[in-house]
Parts: sequence; structure tokens; C-alpha cells
Amino acid sequence: MNEIPGLFNYWVVVFLMMAGFYVVISQGNLVKKLVGLGLFQASVFILYITMGNLSGGQAPIVTEGVFIYSNPLPHVLILTAIVVGVATTAVGLALIVRIHEAYGSVEEDEIHALDMADDDTRLQEGAEREESSE
Amino acid sequence: MLIAIAAIRMRDLFGVVILFGVYSLLTAVLFMDLDAVDVAFTEAAVGAGVTTVLLLSSLRLTRRWEAPPRHNPFFSLLVVGVTGAALVYATLDAPLLGDPSAPVHKHVAPHYLQEAAGEVGMPNIVTAVLASYRGYDTFGETLVVFTAGLAVLLLLGFSENGKSRIETSAIHDQVALKVVVKLLIPLILLYALYVQFHGDFGAGGGFQAGVIFATGFILYDMVFGVENARAVMAVAWLPRLAALGVLIYGGVGVYSMLSGKPFLDYSALSADPVQGQHLGVLLVELGVGITVFSIVLSIFYALSGRRRQS
Amino acid sequence: MTLVLEWTSAIFLLAGSFLCITGGVGLLRMPDFFSRVHAAGVTETLAAPLLLCGLMLQMEWSLDLVKVLMILLFVLATNPTATQAMAKATLIGGQKPLVTESESTKGDSPSNS
Repeated sequence: MNEIPGLFNYWVVVFLMMAGFYVVISQGNLVKKLVGLGLFQASVFILYITMGNLSGGQAPIVTEGVFIYSNPLPHVLILTAIVVGVATTAVGLALIVRIHEAYGSVEEDEIHALDMADDDTRLQEGAEREESSE
Repeated sequence: MLIAIAAIRMRDLFGVVILFGVYSLLTAVLFMDLDAVDVAFTEAAVGAGVTTVLLLSSLRLTRRWEAPPRHNPFFSLLVVGVTGAALVYATLDAPLLGDPSAPVHKHVAPHYLQEAAGEVGMPNIVTAVLASYRGYDTFGETLVVFTAGLAVLLLLGFSENGKSRIETSAIHDQVALKVVVKLLIPLILLYALYVQFHGDFGAGGGFQAGVIFATGFILYDMVFGVENARAVMAVAWLPRLAALGVLIYGGVGVYSMLSGKPFLDYSALSADPVQGQHLGVLLVELGVGITVFSIVLSIFYALSGRRRQS
Repeated sequence: MTLVLEWTSAIFLLAGSFLCITGGVGLLRMPDFFSRVHAAGVTETLAAPLLLCGLMLQMEWSLDLVKVLMILLFVLATNPTATQAMAKATLIGGQKPLVTESESTKGDSPSNS
């Protein structure tokens, strides 16, 4: 039971991860899904930095009189991950903008319905062409 | 945590985006508390700054309000709950916060901490690891940023001469804003250059500097209009600058290869190995900064120049 | 001397925190957008420099002190500008401030969101 303070960070991470996960799978709006993905990403960053922390340690910049530093390896990974994350979010946003221009909506249900209607009309046209060519 | 819940429940996407910015800022504060200063810096600049601007730009092109939910969230909550329970069960085996006997502190990290000052010669160990020990990974990530920017440009493209947006006259009245922003932008750009070149000694480096430099230009574009912004930084130059950044990075590596050493071995750059490391890290961070700056700025131009089509 | 410094620093920090809290209360309880933005802008523009002054009094003369001073000047410059920009943008966007009904304002539609 006295491990709870040490594990608290991980539980917060799991909560945020699940919050982001919930948004991605259940919300219909594409922009909100992207925000949920961002929540998920940030929680993973917190997980890595938590694992790299050393009690009694300082920031990993060599200074006079400091001997214990926090582990710099997770910091390096997460630093690049953050910038790459914003780049991929930008690609997702560009896709959403183009989807909106093509379908007129960014709601998942409406886009799906438009796609099904499109498939139905195409099947119908194919059937009519077969009938007229016989 | 509460902000995450609020962001989920709101249907006004504008509010969701702002809450997400606040969430990023709080995450940056948490990183500071966990002794990760470089990461906190990057998260504050990128998450609370650039991501909010990009999300708002795309909200302008799509819809602000979310449609009411149509299906029962029970099944999603069930999946989320089961996954969460499994993850919590997994964390029971995890090392406690700050535990020095955790496996992550055992293998390579002590070597980096002890040798970085001697081998690379710079106090900021994160920059030393990023640019020197793990320079190959950083090259890959720079390429990823470059490719993402290319993808956005392929999808959206720059508008032809910046006049396709309907000019809003709202910003022309804001005299106080214009004066203060005019004073601030040189300071922002100067700060970005400081972060770029001081990254060896304090928190900083190429990624943060590129983002802050782009933020200065974005601020100028938002306050003074798109024609002034295009006059300052011609749009055609941005892909060229991005390619230049990647070229600098790769060029350092190829130069090392042509000198007979492995790819990205900085000791080929100078007679004294520590001096070579310094030079190598400087060039590499410069390449990263240039690429990140031009990609962030071109993504912003692509999203903000798009005319809203209904 | 250090006792005086510590006490003034404590007073500044407490005053700054108090202003932050009242700003937050004002943000939640004010009825109209313009009064909310006024409450937040005024209190926080004073609260942040007070907190930073309190911190500066506890530090010795070093580069960090100058950096905190620069942050203070930056906040002092940008916070009122941002508040004014928000209020002006809302006014141009069409919302009008909530005013009590009187002879001159009968017929204006108040904004209440």
C-alpha cells in the first residue's frame, strides 16, 4: 500500500490515455478525434518522463556541485516526439480540411452515409448498364 | 485530468481547442516538476502555441460546433474501462517514481551522464545525446518533419498570391495590438536565435528554436495581414529552406563519410575531436532549426490561406 | 535586512495569489463577456508581476534575476494588449455589452453568454 504515491503518476497516465482513447473511438467529429489523439500522445510523454525521473535528481545539465541527474534518454526521445507529433497532427488537419471540402461535413456518420449512398448509386448504374447491353 | 474530461464533454470545438492548449501547458508544468526542462520548453512552445493555432485554423475551414452524439456510448466506455483496468494491473509491476534501481537507469544512461562533458564538451546532456550520441535518430526525425510538411503542401498547397482570402477589416482597427506586436516580434526572433545557439549550455536546441522563430512570423501574419507577411517571407522560399536544413544535416554526415569515417562521425570535422563535436552539433542543430521553422510556417500558410468552400 | 526582504517577498506573493483567486472568481461569476474579460485582464496583469516580484526578492543578484525581470516586463506588455484585442474583436464580431435598461438603451439587445 505504500507504493501508491510512487505509482500515482502511472495511474494518472492511464486515466489520460483512456480519456484520449475514448474520444478517438466514440466521438463522431473528426477534429475532436484528433484532439483526443493529442490527449493520448501527451499522456504517453508523461509516462516516459516519469520513468526517467530520479528522486533527488536535477535537470540533466551539468552544473557545479550537482552529482545526481535525471536520466536524459527519455527527454531526448520525447523532445523529438513532440515536434513530430505536431507535424503529424498537421497532416491530419490537412486531411480533415480536404474531407470537408469533398463531403461537406466532418462528422463520421454523415461521411459514412454519403459513401454508402455513393456505392448504392454506382451499383445501380452498373446493373442498369448490364440490362441495357443485353 | 479534469481538463481532459471537460474537453471530452464540450460540443463547442472552439472551447475544446482552447482547453487542449491549457492541457498542454499543464503538461509542460508537470514536465518541469519532473526535472525535464528541455521537454517542458518544447511542449509549452509546441503544444500550447503552435497546435492551438493550427487547430483553430482548421476549425475556421470546417465546422465549429459538433453534431449531437447519435449512438450509445456504453460499449465504448466498456472497452475503455477494460483496457484501463488491464493497464492499471500492468502498472503494479512498474518501478516506483524516482526509483534509482529501475532498469532504465542502468545501461547506457550513466555512461552518457559521465562521459558527455568529456567526450562532447557541452553541459546540456540532452543536446549532447540528441545531436551526437543519437544523431542518426534525430536525422530521421528531421526527415519525418520534412515529409509531413510535404504531405500538407501536397494536400492543401499555398494559395497563389495570398489574395484568395477575404480580407477581414477587424484587425485594422487594433492599433494597440499592432504597436505592441511590432515591438515584440524582434524580441521573439532574437529569443529564438538565443535558444538555438545556447542550446549547448542551457535548455534549448534546434527544435524549440525553429518553433519559436516560426511563431514570430505567424504572429506577424495574423496581425498585419497576409500580403505583408508574404512580402517579408516569400512563400516559394519555404520548401527550399526546409530542404536546405535537411541538406545541412545530411551534408555533415556525408562529409564525414568522404573523410573516411562513419556517417555522422563528428571527429572528421576538425583535428581536435571535442572541437569537431562542437562544430558538428552546431551545424546539425542549425539544420534542424531551419527545417522545423520552414515546415511549421508552411503548414500555417497552407492552412490559413485556404479559402473556405462550402 | 534579510528579514525585511523575506517579509516583503511574502506579502507580495500573498497579494499576487489573492489577486489571482479573485480574478478567477470574477471570470466565473460575472454575467457578461466584457466584464469577465475586464476582471481577468486587470487582476492578472497585476497579480503576475506581484508574484514575480515576490520571487525576485528571494533570489540573489544573478542572471536568473534578470531573466525573471524580463518575464515580468513581457507579461506587463502583453497581457493588457491581449485583453484589449479580445474585447475589440468581440465588439466587432457583434456582441454588445450588457447594460441596464434605461431610456437611452431601450431596444438594444444585450449579450449574455
